[in-house]
Amino acid sequence: MTEPSGTTSGTPDELVTVVVVDDHALFRRGVRAELESLARRTVSVVGEAGSVDEAVAVIGHRKPDVVLLDVHMPDGGGAAVLSRTRPEHPDVVFLALSVSDAAEDVISVIRAGARGYVTKTISGRELADAVVRVKAGDAVFSPRLAGFVLDAFADRPGATGVVDPELDQLTRRERDVLRLLARGWSYKEIAAELVISVKTVETHVSSVLRKTQSSNRHELSRWASDRRLV
Amino acid sequence: MDDVEDVAPRPDRVDTGVGPAIDPAVDPAVDPAATSTDGAGGTDGAAPSPATAPAPPAAPTAAVVRRVRRRREGAVIAGVAGGIADHLGVDVLRVRLVFVLLVAAAGAGFAAYALLWLFCPIEPRGVRRAVPPRERRQGLGLATLGVLLALVLSGIGGQLSGWVVGPLAVVLTGVALVWREADTPDAEAGLAQRSRRLVGGRLGLLRLLAGAVLVTAGIAAFLLGNVDLSQVQFGLLAALATLAGVVVLTVPWWMRLVRELGAERRERIRGQERADIAAHLHDSVLQTLALIQKQAGEDVAGREVRRLARSQERELRAWLYGPPGGDAGHPAGAGDATFAAALASTAGEVEDDYGLRVAPVVVGDAPLDPDTTALVAAAREAMVNAAKHAGVDEVDVYAEVEPETVEVFVRDRGRGFDPDAVPEDRRGLAGSVRDRMTRHGGRVRLRTAPGEGTEVGLVLPRARRGTHGAPSNGTSETPLEEEAR
Repeated sequence: MTEPSGTTSGTPDELVTVVVVDDHALFRRGVRAELESLARRTVSVVGEAGSVDEAVAVIGHRKPDVVLLDVHMPDGGGAAVLSRTRPEHPDVVFLALSVSDAAEDVISVIRAGARGYVTKTISGRELADAVVRVKAGDAVFSPRLAGFVLDAFADRPGATGVVDPELDQLTRRERDVLRLLARGWSYKEIAAELVISVKTVETHVSSVLRKTQSSNRHELSRWASDRRLV
Repeated sequence: MDDVEDVAPRPDRVDTGVGPAIDPAVDPAVDPAATSTDGAGGTDGAAPSPATAPAPPAAPTAAVVRRVRRRREGAVIAGVAGGIADHLGVDVLRVRLVFVLLVAAAGAGFAAYALLWLFCPIEPRGVRRAVPPRERRQGLGLATLGVLLALVLSGIGGQLSGWVVGPLAVVLTGVALVWREADTPDAEAGLAQRSRRLVGGRLGLLRLLAGAVLVTAGIAAFLLGNVDLSQVQFGLLAALATLAGVVVLTVPWWMRLVRELGAERRERIRGQERADIAAHLHDSVLQTLALIQKQAGEDVAGREVRRLARSQERELRAWLYGPPGGDAGHPAGAGDATFAAALASTAGEVEDDYGLRVAPVVVGDAPLDPDTTALVAAAREAMVNAAKHAGVDEVDVYAEVEPETVEVFVRDRGRGFDPDAVPEDRRGLAGSVRDRMTRHGGRVRLRTAPGEGTEVGLVLPRARRGTHGAPSNGTSETPLEEEAR
């Protein structure tokens, strides 16, 4: 199933190279077609993989900028791909692309190292933008992901087991940014609303991502496991 | 955008962070350390027996209580010495020597070994280590040495007569054989399979028999040496009769055990099937529905197809994970018992009626009372309004429940309008929404401008206290669950 790129002819190097990992061939083709038929092309699909092993091989071979990663696959899914490729290719950025909205999936793949999470109903244009943004070092928070994180970090009464208070709290500003993200605002709109620069918004979001990924917070684990899939 | 990475370096140390978030299957009673470790491998749901608990692999980095785990590979008797060597980080040879020397201390080495064998779980499968044959030979030699040492010492010391020590050694050897066989690494699959695998193959049966013979012979020799023959005959008969009696008496328990084993296996298979079906539906049908929504055209037929696919997707999700607002495990019931569930189903209705996507995100939850019901109704008006007038196919809905207020934001990226020149067809927003909200002590905040979309913010105070609905409140408390879609 591993298809080497057939469409890289004359690719200027500012195109972001992408590998699509999904066990549904139909969906891979759809994503590829959508990304490459955009009027203003910013993304080039250089490889596809339909299983964890294939993904590891293709990523190692192609060394793409960004990997679009399905969360649910046989043999461990997206988390397995992350854990097997990240140590060797720390420069490759992962963006989770899933049909699932389940909190557990979202949080677990983020904690496994993905830089963002978008659902599969996203439009081609938005997907391309998201790819470019994670490539640039940003985190991509869909409104839903922002809502999950807000909820996970909420200070519930009786919350215990906070290991590292510095790490385990979102700052007031980070909360503000997350709230506006959850309301569907763009970075630019958020920047204007809070009277800060877009870059500062990006910094806040990246920092929230980092806290979500590395927090030892007991609440976060329990919160995610409460919402366990079947 | 370029220097963001300096400020927020990519966190490379989170590779082991998956575990706590997704692994509630670890039995804390078996391994107290596992609750705080990365137990990514511990999800095999088979009921572990205490002796061979497949405890999750300990995280290499996390500071947790490490437990001694017997070696699976390269074990001479039961892997105890190897496990201790791994735990302490010393050479196996030294540990074995210590055990042999302890034997000299009135047989303490035997007792220590047996107890450690009983109480230390074996290490999880899949740990590969190369054991040089020399180390194995040394181990065997030391074990023999230990037994001989015990014999010789007890002979010299004269605390025990030769008649006791000889048979005792034979019995111990037999016990070691049987234990080892019962403790084969394969014998931990499932409770049901284990009963079948308890005797692993012909060689295993042979070993088991040999062990039994040794134990019996040892006991017999001991008895023969110490008691006279007629008494032994009587004693044997009495023992056999007692055994037979016990077996007959406990028949019902044995039967029940077998039946429960079968029932447990069936239940497990059924649960597994259920999970498989759910996973399959999730993987195939949801994927297809997502694809349909993406590929459907922009004409009337396409919109209808998209609407149907969306509605099906929502229903399937509700079936898979429980209704939105409830947890998958605790469905929220037929009625919408909570604010989050009501808002989600309202969003679903608008989605169906107007053929656009309404994506609700809810943080926190609250019970439905007249006030929150009115808030949901007002939110519905705002969604319908966006669906009718904004000319978009997606509306974002965000609700946050806080101790003092409940806020709902309905946002579209459509036409927008000039609030000062509200056209007649916008009466819905001004009338219905604003009136509803003010009747219940809430208020409406409208942000819109021609071409910039519309956001309707609905703020409802909960505790009738200070209403501050600015989007930048500090901390939030979410007393209830969030919707689990």
